[in-house]
Amino acid sequence: MDLLATAAATSDHPMLEVRDVRMSFDDNVVLKGVDLTVHEHEVVSLIGASGSGKSTLLRCINLLEQIDDGQILLDGVDITDPRADSDKVRAQIGVVFQHYNLFPHMTVLDNVTLASRKVLRMGKAEAAERGRAMLERIGVGDKCDVYPDQLSGGQQQRVAIARAIVTNPKILLLDEITSALDPILVGEVLDLVIDLKREGATIIMATHEMSFAKHISDAVVFLEQGVICEKGTPEQIFEHPQHPETENFLKRVLDWMN
Amino acid sequence: MSKHPTAYDPAEFEQEYHTSDIELQRRTFRRKQTGKSVLISLFSTLIFVVVIVAVLSRSSGWHAVQKTFFSPHYFMDSLPAVAKGLLTNIEILFFAAIGVAVLSTLIALARTLQSPVTFPLRFLAASYTDLFRGIPLLLVLYLIGFGVPGLGLFGRIDPILLGTIALIINYSAYVAEVIRAGILGVHPSQRAAARSLGLTYGQTMRLVVLPQAVRKVIPPLMNDFVALQKDVGMVSVLGIIDAVRAAQINVALSFNYTPYVVAACLFIAMSFPVIRVTDWYANRRRHREESSGVV
Repeated sequence: MDLLATAAATSDHPMLEVRDVRMSFDDNVVLKGVDLTVHEHEVVSLIGASGSGKSTLLRCINLLEQIDDGQILLDGVDITDPRADSDKVRAQIGVVFQHYNLFPHMTVLDNVTLASRKVLRMGKAEAAERGRAMLERIGVGDKCDVYPDQLSGGQQQRVAIARAIVTNPKILLLDEITSALDPILVGEVLDLVIDLKREGATIIMATHEMSFAKHISDAVVFLEQGVICEKGTPEQIFEHPQHPETENFLKRVLDWMN
Repeated sequence: MSKHPTAYDPAEFEQEYHTSDIELQRRTFRRKQTGKSVLISLFSTLIFVVVIVAVLSRSSGWHAVQKTFFSPHYFMDSLPAVAKGLLTNIEILFFAAIGVAVLSTLIALARTLQSPVTFPLRFLAASYTDLFRGIPLLLVLYLIGFGVPGLGLFGRIDPILLGTIALIINYSAYVAEVIRAGILGVHPSQRAAARSLGLTYGQTMRLVVLPQAVRKVIPPLMNDFVALQKDVGMVSVLGIIDAVRAAQINVALSFNYTPYVVAACLFIAMSFPVIRVTDWYANRRRHREESSGVV
């Protein structure tokens, strides 16, 4: 934990409130009433098996899916209200996907500055300056003018993170951002996430990296079949799981790793 | 249960569930929004139609055009002959479609061969597609329809057969390129996986690559099929009494152009089901393949 000694203290201000959210694809009920609050500067990890609803929950928060019931509040504003402008809402939420999803027909710098230019209507020069500074910061300052396919997976994912945070979103959603990476490249991406946490970013991440989740999270949420089975501090969840389902899941994941 | 901070039982969660007031309000709001949008679109469509009708009916020549193109009398009069002609079109379409499917697949396969030994085949296939995509269909019809009988090699040949062959030759060149694109679109790892199982090149193509390739290109293939459906009308230049020719004859008899409209209507009626099926298929596949959510 000493790594995070300088991390900004979490505040009492709820940045994201998920209230009794339900969501289904046709007959398949994916979320069965999920409640979750993420405070400002807080890092919350979602763990659970594939199909437990982690990704769907993130997609609902980003309004990529329409929920069937419940409410989601971003910084106190109900973003599930049909009157809300979903484009404006999404502009305030940064998302990083498992497969980077960089735009292959644009240079790295254009990828990073696209939202600044087209959504925030920033001038080209200013956007480029901020983009360059951001790329410099994440250690790919020399790659501004190359195309994404010339970067390693780790570099691509860091650029994807840069693209998500350059517009100063209120919250950052990370959807299994290391799952597609070569193990040797995972570290450089996770280091960047630690940096973000230290700077006070509010983050929700779905992850299979248990040790990382344990290390960085302020709270860990275990999802099972669309329900929050257990939530607590990393110590509670990983050292003293209260629920047999949690225990079983962790045992299977961690046994296999050892 | 008190030991556990949250009661976990999915079944229980579902049983207790009643739609919340917030969600009901949202649904009401969305329904109203949809209602509004439908009203606006209906209204704008109505205005559009009224304007078109007004402009047409006020034009000075409208009356004459109506008489020469949309005469109910000549419509009913020529319908049986034109419809009978359409049967010939359908017959040609049936055999042409089968011929195109076979020939184009062979050409596409020839073009994707890799080995240096097969260079002549590849070259032939490439020349074929280059050549016949460049020649207008009308010229191919003339060349085959009048040139082949001119050789005098086969005795008298039914022009319907010649027309069908001309269509097959022309369309196979296009369709082969579509199928080739499909074959190239199947990820090379699929080929690697199939060959790793010990399948031969032919088996790999037939059992693994082609089925995926064809599925990928079904929408453009259907598009070509619709194009073929109306291009069968071109065989009329060979003197075949198809729908177009039958309409022409009726026009010549009466100096009224309504029979052409009859033929057009019949061709539309013929292509409509295929167009709808294509749309339906494309939508279904999109729905299945990607859960892209609401954006």
